[in-house]
Amino acid sequence: MLHYVLKRLVSLVISLAVASLVIFLAIEVVPGDPAAYMLGMNAQADTLAALREQLGLNGSIPERYLSWVTGMLQGDFGTSYTYRTPVAEMIGERLWISLPLALYALTLSTLIAFPAGVWAASRRGSVVDMGVMGVTQLGVAIPNFWFAMLMVLVFAINLRWFSAGGFAGWEQGFLAGMKSLTLPAIALALPQASILTRVMRSSLLDTLSEEFIRTARAKGLTRRQVLWRHALRNAMIPVLTIIGMQFSFLMAGAIIIENVFFLPGLGRLVFQSISARDLIVVESVVMLLVFAVILVNFAVDVAYAAVDPRLRGRR
Amino acid sequence: MTYLKFTRGMVSALALVAGVGMAQAKTDIVVGMQLEPPHLDPTSAAAGAIDSVLYANVFEGLTRFGPDGSVNPGLAASWDISADGTVYTFKLHDGVTFHDGTTMDAEDVKFSLDRARAEDSVNAQKGLFAGITDVTVIDPLTVQVTLGAPNGSFLFNMAWGDAVIVAPESIENIKTNPVGTGAFKFDNWVQGDRIDIVKNPDYWGEPAKLDRATFKFISDPTAAFAAVMAEDVHAFAGFPAPENLPQFDADPRFQVLIGSTEGETILSTNNKQAPFDNIKVREAMAHAIDRQAIIDGAMFGYGTPIGTHFAPHNPDYVDLTGNSAYDPEKAKALLAEAGFPDGFTTTLKLPPPSYARRGGEIIAAQLRAVGIETEISNLEWAQWLEQVFTGKDFGLTIVSHTEPMDIGIYANPDYYFQYDSAEFQKIMTDLTAATDPATRSALLKQAQEKISLDYVNGYLFQLAALSVANAKVMGLWKNAPTQATDLTAVYWAD
Repeated sequence: MLHYVLKRLVSLVISLAVASLVIFLAIEVVPGDPAAYMLGMNAQADTLAALREQLGLNGSIPERYLSWVTGMLQGDFGTSYTYRTPVAEMIGERLWISLPLALYALTLSTLIAFPAGVWAASRRGSVVDMGVMGVTQLGVAIPNFWFAMLMVLVFAINLRWFSAGGFAGWEQGFLAGMKSLTLPAIALALPQASILTRVMRSSLLDTLSEEFIRTARAKGLTRRQVLWRHALRNAMIPVLTIIGMQFSFLMAGAIIIENVFFLPGLGRLVFQSISARDLIVVESVVMLLVFAVILVNFAVDVAYAAVDPRLRGRR
Repeated sequence: MTYLKFTRGMVSALALVAGVGMAQAKTDIVVGMQLEPPHLDPTSAAAGAIDSVLYANVFEGLTRFGPDGSVNPGLAASWDISADGTVYTFKLHDGVTFHDGTTMDAEDVKFSLDRARAEDSVNAQKGLFAGITDVTVIDPLTVQVTLGAPNGSFLFNMAWGDAVIVAPESIENIKTNPVGTGAFKFDNWVQGDRIDIVKNPDYWGEPAKLDRATFKFISDPTAAFAAVMAEDVHAFAGFPAPENLPQFDADPRFQVLIGSTEGETILSTNNKQAPFDNIKVREAMAHAIDRQAIIDGAMFGYGTPIGTHFAPHNPDYVDLTGNSAYDPEKAKALLAEAGFPDGFTTTLKLPPPSYARRGGEIIAAQLRAVGIETEISNLEWAQWLEQVFTGKDFGLTIVSHTEPMDIGIYANPDYYFQYDSAEFQKIMTDLTAATDPATRSALLKQAQEKISLDYVNGYLFQLAALSVANAKVMGLWKNAPTQATDLTAVYWAD
């Protein structure tokens, strides 16, 4: 187990190093001068030069890469060109929205997908199964931003149960904060729950047709006992993979949903920073997301090993 | 935050004392805006969103714009201009303090102006201060500004958001904690979400009627619509979805304000690039364009046709749309005359706003009808600034020039559309030197005619200022003579 975890850890570090280089280079070659963007159409040449100097945009590319990476290793993500505040602070503030949102959506989708998937699989071919499959087909097909707008129309404009967007702020209390995140989390969770349900169902069905299940049944266990004791655990690997991928998707992919609900999260920060050529913010946020994705995958790998002893390798 | 809770507590306690059920006019407002300011220093960035939040509310200059675009006294109570028009002596209001309690006096004026015109200044409109040769403090309430040459626009220039008075004591943190002299104080900024300002109880002038105002940033047009509909925001300045305005207009809960901005939207033409260096070609294009179709198609009918680079609401405006009336046959004939009987192909580079993207498609179709093919490319602002504005690598582009009274840009041959006319430059030099209103007016008219008949750019329309608000919100500006959301006179009707 330890050996396996160490191996995963080394690959994690290598992935991070490669990612940092790719991100930096990709973003540095994007055309557009942040100083020109900030000063607009009436700026004079000497003003632009003064601002470029102030922003530290005059160093060479390797120099800037090194200072960025070494800064990050010490927890210093640099200072935003446009906002003039430390990037780490900005990311920290935004994470307080994006992270709970992603977790909320993930929890919702798991809470829906598990029972639905197990239910459908245990009654294969029944009306329940067909119903679940039909609804999830729809859930996968509906774009989440469209669903989001529909919910705003119904719950914010007509029923007035929720506000149309924005974030109340955690200082208004936990419930107020969660309430602001509810519609966005549902919108994000819907397609995820649908995918997860389908994966859960098919993975469980595959496992149920395996020979060890027949053995277990032959041994005298009831269908229900077999399902809960043997099949579920063995069907978990693909489900964990999908959950891991979904978490990264929820963190990075909330850009559209954050815009629909005007939530001040990470996705919106990236969006704004790209158009303002606030490269240092873009680089740092993307790097952080990559780090999160790699870390989650690492956790998923470790979780595999926990559910599947074969993956632990030499013991 | 504690302060906020404290105020809220106080307010609700007062409400209880006053008696439950007694109707009281609201004293707070939530204003929606599409763009968030990058930071809060109006004197070091071009971003209009900074002024939209802070101008007149938090920061004030020597002079200030009124709702109709007129220039009124601001922190300067009065001024004298020397006979030769080069020395301005400003008398400042007495008893003005900054929000941090320090006194605003002539030293602060000197500091602000010197900072803006300094060598290492990062003021986006440094040109406004270019003529100043000296700023002298006479006494704490009197300051003397000397210009190198008379400048008839000087008082106008001092009304810009880029010329507001700031204090040396608070300049270091101005980007996150702006300290001004206005009727509102900056309170709180949740980046990506909102900015709160509160009433300044020690304001030197007419106090604000509202106790608190929140600017909420909603960039997505659909989200903006939903936020107004759900009454999450009480007013939306610069409403981004004109197609929804009729719906608000029909709803008694809302009022729709349609005014004018300083944004001349033009089909900018690279005057140095062939074939646009030929005036016949530019004239042909001008006649190929059907302005009303663009206003209807791209702006849902909101916008005023213009025939030159000047705002129609300005008293000196001349309607020159006739010079470039829609006449495709004439356009074809002119093209043939210029040596392009079969037309030509050029580039059309479009920045993000919908007037450009939607307008671009329509213009491309109109130009194609007379034989001019365009290769459209959609650019982000940063790319547009680099390629078009700085690099001058374009044939055509569509952009709204939102700075007030900016006809002077045509006198700069290095400006991105590269119009170089000695005659026009002379008119502008004369204008700067002229202080007599009648002479200035005549020169401005002459300037408008000159660029209209030189067909420098395709003059399309004046961008409309579109706002939606709760029907009970009073005192909002209808027009946008500068980028501002002046809330100092806003109140709720009972």
